[in-house]
Amino acid sequence: MKKSVCVSYYAVLREQRGLGTEVVPTDSATAAELYEELRVRHGFTLPALRVRVAVNDDFQPWEVAVRDGDRIAFLPPVAGG
Amino acid sequence: MEFRITGEKIDPGALLGALGDTRAGACVTFEGRVRRQNEGRGVLSLDYEAFAPLAEKEGMRILEEARLKFGILDAVCVHRTGSLQLGDMAVWIAVTAEHRGAAFEACRYAIDETKARVPIWKKEYYADGSTEWINCATRGPGASGPAPAV
Repeated sequence: MKKSVCVSYYAVLREQRGLGTEVVPTDSATAAELYEELRVRHGFTLPALRVRVAVNDDFQPWEVAVRDGDRIAFLPPVAGG
Repeated sequence: MEFRITGEKIDPGALLGALGDTRAGACVTFEGRVRRQNEGRGVLSLDYEAFAPLAEKEGMRILEEARLKFGILDAVCVHRTGSLQLGDMAVWIAVTAEHRGAAFEACRYAIDETKARVPIWKKEYYADGSTEWINCATRGPGASGPAPAV
């Protein structure tokens, strides 16, 4: 059975996806695999090396395991200030 | 110490009230404003977007680092989200310390690290009708990575 995760997108990724948050059923084992799956599906222009991932509101390395029920956020290059 | 994301207009007067420690001989503040040009293009307005729970967490880490590195007494940073117009305050930082050197250095550290690390994004609306998410270009001069800190 596929895992179910809640994915949030910000800034340019949110616009390219056309929404901010969605529930995604996935077989991806890691955050890197999940981003690649979604990048291909939705045509995201940013490669993973320019994006950071947060799981349950904390930065994580791309190789972090994806678990059922995780809240996963994909973060484009930041530009505060 | 406090790092806060807000959708409301920033009111420095109200925030300064929390920084009344009489051990402090210095209070340095920084105000970041929306300017009308960026890299030669005319800017009409900006949108700021934040991942607030993580932005506030990462922001507090930065202020804590500043406290340890420079020995300051206190620091507050507030960053706006939403639609901002020219001249609006986008970010406000205040640092108190016994002496001015630490306060200046810590304030500089806080704004530089905030720009580099805190999950906040800026979309600029230009006079020619185009828009751009800053640092997110995948073609042109900004494509190889984040723009250098300024």
